[in-house]
Amino acid sequence: MTALLEVQDLRVTFGGTAAVRGASLAVAKGETHCLVGESGCGKSVTSLAIMGLLARGGRREASALRFAGLEIGGLNEREMSRLRGDRMAMIFQEPMTSLNPAYTVGSQMTEVLRRHRGATRAQAVDRAAELLGRVGITAPGLRLGQFPHQLSGGLRQRVMIAMALMCDPELLIADEPTTALDVTVQAQILRLLAGLQRDLGLGILLITHDLGVVARIADRVSVMYAGEVVESAPTAELFGNPRHPYTRGLLACVPVPGKVKRGDPLGSIPGVVPRIPPGFRGCAFRDRCEYAHAECSGPIPRQQAGPGHEVLCTLALAA
Amino acid sequence: MVRFLLRRLTVAILVALTVLTLSFLLTRLSGDLAISIAGPNATQQDVEMIRQAYGLNRPLAQQYLDWLVRAVQGDFGESFFFKDRVANLIAHRLPITLTLGLVGLALALVVALPLGIIAAVREGSYVDRGVMLVALIGQAMPSFWLGLILMVVLGLNLGWLPISGTGGWEYYVMPGIVLSFSAIPSLMRLTRSGMIEALSSDYIRTARAKGLSRISILVKHGFRNAAIPVVSIAAVQLGFMLGGSIVIETVFAMHGVGYLAWESISKNDFPVVQAVILVLALIYIALTLLADLLNAVLDPRLRTS
Repeated sequence: MTALLEVQDLRVTFGGTAAVRGASLAVAKGETHCLVGESGCGKSVTSLAIMGLLARGGRREASALRFAGLEIGGLNEREMSRLRGDRMAMIFQEPMTSLNPAYTVGSQMTEVLRRHRGATRAQAVDRAAELLGRVGITAPGLRLGQFPHQLSGGLRQRVMIAMALMCDPELLIADEPTTALDVTVQAQILRLLAGLQRDLGLGILLITHDLGVVARIADRVSVMYAGEVVESAPTAELFGNPRHPYTRGLLACVPVPGKVKRGDPLGSIPGVVPRIPPGFRGCAFRDRCEYAHAECSGPIPRQQAGPGHEVLCTLALAA
Repeated sequence: MVRFLLRRLTVAILVALTVLTLSFLLTRLSGDLAISIAGPNATQQDVEMIRQAYGLNRPLAQQYLDWLVRAVQGDFGESFFFKDRVANLIAHRLPITLTLGLVGLALALVVALPLGIIAAVREGSYVDRGVMLVALIGQAMPSFWLGLILMVVLGLNLGWLPISGTGGWEYYVMPGIVLSFSAIPSLMRLTRSGMIEALSSDYIRTARAKGLSRISILVKHGFRNAAIPVVSIAAVQLGFMLGGSIVIETVFAMHGVGYLAWESISKNDFPVVQAVILVLALIYIALTLLADLLNAVLDPRLRTS
């Protein structure tokens, strides 16, 4: 497997605050890679940093940021904008506000193809209609002429997905695409993403905090905590053999039908994701970790826990 | 959309009727018209004759209805001073005032929109602060004073432009600049704040994620949304400018409607004063209606609900 996206030692700071502190991950071609973690652990910032879409004041550094073999860390805004929307696309958490209220669905979809491929209006409209059908929207012709406020949240997110696919990207980054939607719609959108991934050979980096989602569609999972990737493994391996205490904590928080008895307390991780002061050393999770010991405030080794299974921890936890 | 516009149209007609009534009442409230028309040297007999001739002895309600019916048909009577139909006077002078107002608005937009956009894009920078400082100065500067300064510098010292009078395009430049100055600060601030809001929105992030060009992101996706309130204010500002033309036209001796109003007020020529107020008010109402219409065109949420 060749890596479609390779991120090494990504660091993002806002002012003096570090949001991402040396995160590394790789997405293989045609793979669905889930990035999970609590709110505030740096998942969204990581995805925005990869796309070069950080908000004003955000600074990005990485020892490597490669997309399809191309180092994109040093590209300027203009060079980056040629890749975005064309070879790498992104969809967001807020379908209600992510579309421009002043333009029709058709206008917003077609401009992507016209910008990157120099398509004619007619070609772009055909492509947009085809993709709306592909994401399960009936009467695409009607929808193309409608404005975002005339569509429901689920439809808008489908439009966002279709828009992201206009130029047949190799990588789709989806930042919590189902969080704002109804549960029934969530399932539809996820099935849609999984289907598209299968049919189009799309590499997907899916950011989520929903482990149920992960279990269903991920090939590989990376767990983020306080701006670092603390554990990364193929999905079955991660669920079957979690090694990092944080990953174990996260998994314990999810009720599994048949395993958790009525009346049993659900697991929880005490405390919240801490703010990491500059110059912080050691494991950021140690204050919340029941296994913390003296070595946790020193440098933390990246251990190989199995094939394709990496964990950032001082402990060699038994299975 | 149709219902929205019908509602606005109804409101506009009601406001117009109110203005008509008020402008009628104001002239009747400012003392006995027959005496002021007759002048200081008139005898009691003259005053009585004038009262008869102008129908001022009839009940107020009847005078009002009579006046209203004719006003609606564009008949504002005859000027006491100019000895001409008021409608003629206004028809001659209005193009000058309207041209001046449009020149002022065009200049204001040409300056305010780009500066507002630049200030928003460079929010918090020295450019932004400089632009806002200029807005503050512009807002604080009295227009007659700016007019005089321009006359001295551009007219007398440099000799580039005529100091005052009515004529070709060159006569509109200085008054246009002065008028635009009153509108620039508010238009610029509104453009800036609207752009800042638009640029921090999710759909701008989407536009960037789509790899659109910078100009498309700023103008097509950003300004298009920021422009909605700017359009309303621009229409209202044009109304203010037309009203403010009384001062500017007097300073620059331009024989537009504003100058006509000033002359008529000083001559107690009440039919003219009444008609000018009325025409300016009606234009103002029409502009507000136009702003609503443009808003509906620009904002699909207004149009399709």
